[in-house]
Amino acid sequence: MSSKYTIALAGNPNSGKTTIFNHLTGSRQKVGNWGGVTVEKKEGIARFNGVELNVIDLPGTYSLSAYSLEEVIARDYIVEGKPDMVVHVVDSGNLERNLYLTTQLIELGAPLVIALNMFDEAQNKGLEVDYPLLSKLLGIPMVPTVGHRGKGIDKLMETVVKTIETNDSRSRYLQLPYGQEVEDEINDIHKLIQATNGLGDQYFTRWLAVKLLENDSVVTKRLELVGAKSVLKQAETSREHIEEIFDDDSETVLTDRRYGFIAGALRETTRMSKEQRQTLSDQIDNVLTNRLLGFPVFFVFMWLLFHMTFLLGAYPQDWIETGVNWLSNVLVVVMPQSLLQDLIVDGILGGVGGVLVFLPQIMILFLGISVLEDTGYMARAAFIMDKVMHTLGLHGKSFIPLLMGFGCNVPAIMATRTLESRRDRLLTILINPLMSCSARLPIYVLVAGTFFGAAAGNVIFSLYLLGIALAVGVGQIFRHSLFRGEAAPFVMELPPYRIPTMKSTLIHMWDKGSIYLKKMGGVILAFSIIIWFLGAFPREQTLLENNLPPGDTVSQLAVSLDADQPHHLENTYIGKIGYFIVPVLRPLGFDWQMSVALLTGFVAKEVVVSTMGVLYGVDEASVDEETAMTDGLRRSMKSPLIAYAFLVFVLLYTPCLVTVITIRREAGGWKWAAFAVGYELLLAWGVAFVIYRGGLLLSLG
Amino acid sequence: MDNIIRLSSCQEGDRVRIRKVEGEGIFKRRLQEMGMLKGAEIFIQKYAPLRDPMELVIKGYHLSIRVEEAEKILVQPLQRVRY
Repeated sequence: MSSKYTIALAGNPNSGKTTIFNHLTGSRQKVGNWGGVTVEKKEGIARFNGVELNVIDLPGTYSLSAYSLEEVIARDYIVEGKPDMVVHVVDSGNLERNLYLTTQLIELGAPLVIALNMFDEAQNKGLEVDYPLLSKLLGIPMVPTVGHRGKGIDKLMETVVKTIETNDSRSRYLQLPYGQEVEDEINDIHKLIQATNGLGDQYFTRWLAVKLLENDSVVTKRLELVGAKSVLKQAETSREHIEEIFDDDSETVLTDRRYGFIAGALRETTRMSKEQRQTLSDQIDNVLTNRLLGFPVFFVFMWLLFHMTFLLGAYPQDWIETGVNWLSNVLVVVMPQSLLQDLIVDGILGGVGGVLVFLPQIMILFLGISVLEDTGYMARAAFIMDKVMHTLGLHGKSFIPLLMGFGCNVPAIMATRTLESRRDRLLTILINPLMSCSARLPIYVLVAGTFFGAAAGNVIFSLYLLGIALAVGVGQIFRHSLFRGEAAPFVMELPPYRIPTMKSTLIHMWDKGSIYLKKMGGVILAFSIIIWFLGAFPREQTLLENNLPPGDTVSQLAVSLDADQPHHLENTYIGKIGYFIVPVLRPLGFDWQMSVALLTGFVAKEVVVSTMGVLYGVDEASVDEETAMTDGLRRSMKSPLIAYAFLVFVLLYTPCLVTVITIRREAGGWKWAAFAVGYELLLAWGVAFVIYRGGLLLSLG
Repeated sequence: MDNIIRLSSCQEGDRVRIRKVEGEGIFKRRLQEMGMLKGAEIFIQKYAPLRDPMELVIKGYHLSIRVEEAEKILVQPLQRVRY
């Protein structure tokens, strides 16, 4: 009979924790979120000598305080999830800081095994670690590993299983020595906690005492809930007492003592055999973040990332579209003309195609991001751009998602995952749709080309600038209203440059792709079918006899409209909604056709163009297709002023369906998705109104 | 203690020792967890191309902080290394 254990991986960011996780679980992973929050939770199954191990990848943290969501999640899981073993992955080349988390894990009473990861790198640096002695000093089994080559992983697993089965790890733990004065205070608090019933075993209660002394907000709240007033009062007295003795706050004193303990342990067990000199990583960095070369190099990388994602991504996108079209054609021929055929071809197949077309971009972008992150360049990109982004109220790491937004907001919003602070992340998500994505360009080209002639280029450029300017403005407003409070400090580790492994990069890429397919594909498909329904019903009898030409996947809705006659569209639900919203859009100078076109643009913005084609009676077979479209636009929009207001509205109004669903997924809830749609609609209306009415006042109409 | 300056006024190649970390809350806490404690030695590796943020070496690893944050860290210069 095989036994089954649960192990949790804990460790600093950049400690190679995820590489070890990938190595252990391979493709047997599932990615989800921790209950109720948007912090990613990864789980997987590992097998070792007939033992099945359920592996949980905890968020990468430097500590276990109550200051960040990730840290609270990690420690809650260790306390409440009671894993059989916590495997603490440590960067051997950076022991002092990594072991700080160890002190926290020891205090939490977690059963521990330490993986001394990247052991080879540390040795090459000239570091000699007497890890058997260090292991003895800390009372924790230690195994040297090289995660990306899979070295030491079997030994690690063996040690984990053995330690679980002999069940002895915790009893060997030392108590961190804080010094007499601090110990006295801890004991005072501890005694009172022990006198309060139901607060847990001895390890846990001492941890509570230490945390209270550190003024930990989560633990304080917890004790308030059980009404342990005397404990809280003692904690306050103790904190004051410590402050008096040490002339510093108790948090600082405790942190200082932990680092002191680590330094002591390392002094006895490590030695640098080589002279510390400029490493290869430093030399690379001198070029990549050089005062003169830093920006040019950065822009070359960004240019590559953008072009790979959106130009290279266009090829597989074409194949997908061709494939879906081919399938539609086959179905049209094979199936009898019917409502069912219509539903399958235009509704379902169109919807599936609409989901799939984004996949190549998402995969390529995340391949690129994964390479940037795994090599260590991502942190440098943030380092270089932070000054600019900070003036805009954002973080250096916000740059890449915003840049990608000019291609497509969907992968761009998924790319905000690189931002650690929730506040920065939400802000970057919310303003991302203001970056004018490539799907809006065909509308700009058509309308600006019709109304502005030679100046069309400048008009289009002004739209991009307007989007950026509004993003900055809106960002500032949100920062001072929605996301008030203390900003997360920009204290960011710059990890050494490393060569990423193919395996980990590909797994990273596949993770994102599968999240998109599994978590969002279904919702997108469902909505596509609903919108198809709204555009196709109620139906007229004559329509059923029309032979519907299957169209490209993204604009499948327009195609289904295409088959209809203009007079028919008025009778569909979309047409009716269009009539319904005309009064709202009339103050902007928009008519019914424009309203319906905007409405259909919710599926995908470029659909606005094909809808207009249908509404202005452009017959695709006619030679004068272009003239018909231009005439229609001229009749509808009447003046360049209205045309410009319309373009601004297209730039700013609701993000497309897939983007909305991505926001919901990435920001954590419909609430944020609805908020994004709401504020953008208001913004679009407001700005278009000012432009139209302002223009009229200035007699530009 | 004489000769105390702010970390933000240090230059590339300076080596300093932390005397005091001002500020509070999450900022101070995060710095301390990263090892920025009184007595710790810092090497100022470089400034970003736009002179903000700055890159430090502390406890053998590289850390980047904004200049406005470095203003809250009081240090004592140890020696100056010029390339």
